[in-house]
Amino acid sequence: MEGRALVITSGKGGVGKTTTVANLGIGLAMLGRQVVMVDADIGLRNLDIVMGLENRIVYDIVNVTEGKCKIRQALIRDKRFDNLFLLPAAQSRDKDAVTPDQMKALLTELKKEFDYILIDCPAGIEGGFKNAIAGADKAIIVTTPEVSAVRDADRIVGLLEASDLPDPRLIVNRVKIDMVRRGDMLDIRDILDILSIELLGIVPEDENIIVSTNRGEPVILDDGSRASQAFRNITRRLEGEEVPFMSLEPGNGFIAFIKRLMGLAR
Amino acid sequence: MFELLRRLFKKEEEMRSKDLARERLRLVLIHDRADVSPQVFESLKSDLIRVISKYMDIDEAGTSVELDSSKDSVALVASIPVICVKRTAGQG
Ligand SMILES: Nc1ncnc2c1ncn2[C@@H]1O[C@H](COP(=O)(O)OP(=O)(O)OP(=O)(O)O)[C@@H](O)[C@H]1O
Ligand SMILES: [Mg+2]
Repeated sequence: MEGRALVITSGKGGVGKTTTVANLGIGLAMLGRQVVMVDADIGLRNLDIVMGLENRIVYDIVNVTEGKCKIRQALIRDKRFDNLFLLPAAQSRDKDAVTPDQMKALLTELKKEFDYILIDCPAGIEGGFKNAIAGADKAIIVTTPEVSAVRDADRIVGLLEASDLPDPRLIVNRVKIDMVRRGDMLDIRDILDILSIELLGIVPEDENIIVSTNRGEPVILDDGSRASQAFRNITRRLEGEEVPFMSLEPGNGFIAFIKRLMGLAR
Repeated sequence: MFELLRRLFKKEEEMRSKDLARERLRLVLIHDRADVSPQVFESLKSDLIRVISKYMDIDEAGTSVELDSSKDSVALVASIPVICVKRTAGQG
């Protein structure tokens, strides 16, 4: 069976692409899948440090595409899961160091051995973005519930369509529950309508993400936190399971809350 | 008293910044999408010319189709100089 290459993209920077790739990588590995995460944010390598693997890098993606080493030599095995790997970005190269054709060839090779290839895309819509989406089977767009991020996500939806990557799915990250309650945060339902896109997951704002990033231990490993639950749910949805969108509020009244969050009740 | 209540209510409504955000996004995306794909306007324009020509002779070169924004709405404004209306207008 051939693996699936999913590119995680956003338009606006800093909305949570790298965090998402790290957590979904671990989530899919926990379910027993063979997973490789490709850091395509060349020049701004981040996924290694979020994963806590920064001290193990020997070769990078550009060394592979330039033929300086074999793919196997550049892959770093995760310290927690032996079915999870990272292909690090090159730090001292520019965004165009990997061409779309090289990316496609790389993915063809990786698909033979892995069930999932998660590609961490750079922010923006220029060359780096085009190189990172080349050869992907499906795109996941990350946004925060803010006008600027949603606007940029709309641009990405258009560009993906033009690049033969239709029907991306959306993750809304950093949803602040108290602001939703006050009516000061865009409804998820409105965002989906405006972008005409299908929802993949809702991830709450959660300080545990920052703590876990400090430690190099993605939050999904900490099963008590809300963000962890959110990423676990997304992982299961990727596997084809129907998982209801999570309640962001413990205890009673959560149905009403979810409705409010989705914008179904006003 | 009633007026006061109404105004208080209105105030509450205005404070829901999510509604403002949704409207502003909706409007800005109309422009963004139109800017990004000007071909949409070109093909709209030629479709319009084709349909209107069934009813009247128009000055194609002088025809323009644009988006016009006011504070809280966007309108499609077409300016189509008419040279002559056909006598059979409306029937064919
Ligand atoms: N749900 C969340 N709650 C709290 N903090 C978060 C959440 N998601 C992401 N962050 C924080 O936001 C910052 C940006 O996240 P991240 O690096 O994943 O974004 P990015 O989209 O990859 O950025 P870039 O465009 O620069 O690559 C990080 O410090 C991360 O810890
Ligand atoms: Mg990143």
